[in-house]
Amino acid sequence: MDVVMLSRLQFAVAVFFHFIFVPLTLGLSVLLAWMETRYVATGDETWKRHVKFWGRLFLINFTLGVVTGITLEFQFGTNWSRYSSFVGDIFGSLLAIEATVAFFLESTFIAVWHFGWRKLGKKAHLTSIWLVAIAGNLSALWIILANGFMQHPVGYAINEAVGRAELKDFMAVLTNEYAWGMYAHTIMGAWALAGFFVLGVSAWHLLRKHQTDFFRRSFSMAAPFTLILLLALAVSGHHQGQVVAKHQPAKLAAMESHWETMKNAPFSLLVVPRTGGKEGNAIETLPIPGLLSWISFGSVDAQVTGLSDIPAEDRPPVNPVFWSFRGMVALGGLFMLLALWATVRRKDPPAGLMQALVWNIPLPYIGLALGWTVAEMGRQPWIVYGLMRTSDAASPVPPSSVAISLAAFLAVYTLLGALDIWLLRRYAIKGADTGGTTDA
Amino acid sequence: MLDMLLLETIWFVLWALLWAVYFVLDGFDLGVGTLLPFLGRKESERKAMYAAAGPFWDGNEVWLISAGGVTFAAFPNAYAVLFSALYAPLLMLLFALIFRAVSFEFRDKVEHPAWRGLWDGVHFLANLVPCILLGVAFANLFMGIPVDVQGVYHGSLPELLNVYGLAGGVFFCFMFVHHGAIWLAAKTRGDLQVKALGAATFCWPIVLVLLVAFLGLTASHTDLYDNYKASPTLLALPAIALLGLVGARTALRAGKLWTAFAWDAVFIIGVTFFGVMGMFPRLIISSLDPIASVTILNGASTPLTLKIMLGVAAVMVPIVLIYQGWVYRLFSDAVDGEEKSGAAHY
Repeated sequence: MDVVMLSRLQFAVAVFFHFIFVPLTLGLSVLLAWMETRYVATGDETWKRHVKFWGRLFLINFTLGVVTGITLEFQFGTNWSRYSSFVGDIFGSLLAIEATVAFFLESTFIAVWHFGWRKLGKKAHLTSIWLVAIAGNLSALWIILANGFMQHPVGYAINEAVGRAELKDFMAVLTNEYAWGMYAHTIMGAWALAGFFVLGVSAWHLLRKHQTDFFRRSFSMAAPFTLILLLALAVSGHHQGQVVAKHQPAKLAAMESHWETMKNAPFSLLVVPRTGGKEGNAIETLPIPGLLSWISFGSVDAQVTGLSDIPAEDRPPVNPVFWSFRGMVALGGLFMLLALWATVRRKDPPAGLMQALVWNIPLPYIGLALGWTVAEMGRQPWIVYGLMRTSDAASPVPPSSVAISLAAFLAVYTLLGALDIWLLRRYAIKGADTGGTTDA
Repeated sequence: MLDMLLLETIWFVLWALLWAVYFVLDGFDLGVGTLLPFLGRKESERKAMYAAAGPFWDGNEVWLISAGGVTFAAFPNAYAVLFSALYAPLLMLLFALIFRAVSFEFRDKVEHPAWRGLWDGVHFLANLVPCILLGVAFANLFMGIPVDVQGVYHGSLPELLNVYGLAGGVFFCFMFVHHGAIWLAAKTRGDLQVKALGAATFCWPIVLVLLVAFLGLTASHTDLYDNYKASPTLLALPAIALLGLVGARTALRAGKLWTAFAWDAVFIIGVTFFGVMGMFPRLIISSLDPIASVTILNGASTPLTLKIMLGVAAVMVPIVLIYQGWVYRLFSDAVDGEEKSGAAHY
C-alpha cells in the first residue's frame, strides 16, 4: 500500500474512533446542564442524583474524546504535511482558534465541575457545566468550519508563487453556508445520539424494575428531547442535501448513484449501483418523477448533474457513498419511529419498546459514522474540493512508518475503546447511588 | 515588508512563549507522575499524588494543543515539516499523553489492587516518556535536523538519540521532575510533603549540573550562540534561567514553597527562551543546507492571517489566563489523599 492509502486509513481510524466519544460528550453535556439547572431551580435532590449518575458516564466517555482529538490535530502535520502547507494559512488558524476559544474553556471547567462540588456554590457549579456544554459545542463549530473549507473552499486566493491557498476574506470562511449546514446536522445528530443513550440505559433498568422512579424520570425527559432533535435533524439533513447539490454535484450524484444529467430527475426507490468500478446501476426501479430534482433544488424542473458528465478522475467512489447515505437515511427513519413511540408512551413505556431502545444504543453511532462517510468519501478524490487532490496531500514519510503507526493506532485504540466501553457499561448497569454518599 | 517582519517576529516570540507556558504548566504534572513510584509508597500517598495534578493536567495539556495549533496557523510550513520529520517521536508523545489521560480516569474505576497497580505503572511511563521525548525533540531542534528544501526528512529515530539529544532528554526529565517535586511539596502535608521536599532537594544539584552541561554542549553542538554573539543582551536569558533555578532553591530552603514554584517557572521559561531565541529567525534548522531551514520569512502565514490571529490571541489568552488562574486558586489548598481523589468525589 502506498503512503496516501495508509495515511487515509490511519486518519479514518483516528477520526471514526474520536467520533465514538464526541457525540455523547456534545449531547450529554447539554442534558447534564439541564438536569443540574432543574436541581438548582427546584432543590430536588433526585435531580442531583441524576446529574451524578449521568455525569459519571459523561466523564468516562469524555476523556477518550479529548485524547483522541489531540492526535487528530497533529496528524495533519505528521501525515498530511503537503496539505498543511497548502491550506495552513486558513485551516490552521481555525484549529488554533478552536483551542484558544473553546477547548481551553471545556478542559478547564470540566475539572471545576468534576472536583468542585464542595468548593463552589450551587450556581457557580451549575455555571461550570453550562460552560462545558457551550465550549464543547463551540469547539465542534470551529472544527466543522475548518472541515467546511475542505468541502467548499471560500474566502481564499491561490498564490501561485508560493503554491498555497491564502486567506482573503475571513468573514466568508466564518459564514460558509456549507460548514453551517454541516454543523447543524452534526450537532443535532450528536444530541439525538445522547438522547437515545439516556433512553437505552434507562430502558435497561426499567425492564429490570431497578430504580424505577429514577430512570422513569430520565426516560420521560429524554424521549421528547430526542424526538424534537430528530425532527430538526431531518430538516437540517434536507437543507444540507440542497447545499451539497449546489456546491458538490459529484457528491450528490454519488449519494443517489445518479448517472444521467437531466431535468425533472426522478428519485428511484430501489437502486443498486454496479460494482467493480463499472458505470451505471445494476437495478434502478420504482421511480418517483421529479423527486430528485425537487429534493436537491426545490423545483421539479431543476437539472441534476449525473456522474456520466463528471470526468471519471473527479468522481467519488459511488458504492460506499451511496450505501452509507441510504443506510443513514434508513436509520433516521427507524430513529424517528422509536422516538415517537417513546414520547407517546413515556409515562408507561411497554416492554417491547424498552427492549428495542436497549438494542438501539449502538445504532445512532453507526448512523453518525455513515453520515461522515458520505461527507468525507463523497468529497474524494479531493482533499480540498476542486483545489487539491488527496493523492497530492500526504507527507513525504516512508510507508513503513505509517504502517507501524497505523498498527499502533489500531492496537491502542481497540484496547482503550474496549476498556472504556466496558467501564461505561459497568457504571451504567450499576445505576444511581442511593442517598447518603452522594454528597461526596 | 517591515510590517510583515514585525508581525512574524511577534508570532515567533509568542510561539516561544506558548512552549514555555506549556513546559511550566504540564511540566509539573508530568514531573509528579514520574515521581509516583518513588514517592507514592502507600495507597493514600498515591491518591494524594493523583489528586495534586487531578484538576489541572487537562487544562495544562491544552497549552500543547495551542502550541501545535499556533504553529499550524502562524507557520504552516514549519508545522508541516516539523511534525512529518519528527513523525515517530511525536506519535510516541501523543500515545503517551493518551495513556496519561486514561490512567487518571480509569485508575479508581475498579476497586482492585492489581487494576490500580497496572494503571500506576502506565501512569509512571506515560509521564516519564513525554518528559524525555520533549527534551530530545527540542535539543534536536536546537541542533538542527536533516531536512531538505522540499521538507523531506532524511534522518531516522536512532539519529535523534545523539549525545546532545540525549543530554536534552535527561535535562528536561530532571527539570520537570524537580518542578513536579516542588509542586507536590506545596500541595501536600505530612510525610508526603517531607518526601517531596527531599526529592526536590535531591534533584536540584543534578538539574544545576545538567543545565551547565547543556549550556556547554550547546556551544559545541549548535550555532545558537551566534545570536548571542550578535546581541549580547540576549545573554540575559540563560542568566534568568540560572537565577530562577537558584531562586527556587533559596525559596525552598526558606520554606516558601509557592515562591519556589514561581522561581522554578522562571527557570523553565528562561531555558525555553534561551533555546528558541537562539534559533531565531529559524523555526526549523536544517542540518543539511541553511537554505532548507524554515524561517519566519519562508514559513509564515500571510499578514492577514497573522493579524487576525493576533487579535484572537490578544483577547483570548488573557481571558484563559484569568480563568485558569482562578481555577488554580480554587484548588490551591493541600490535598490529603483520602478526600479529593476522583473516586471519592464520584
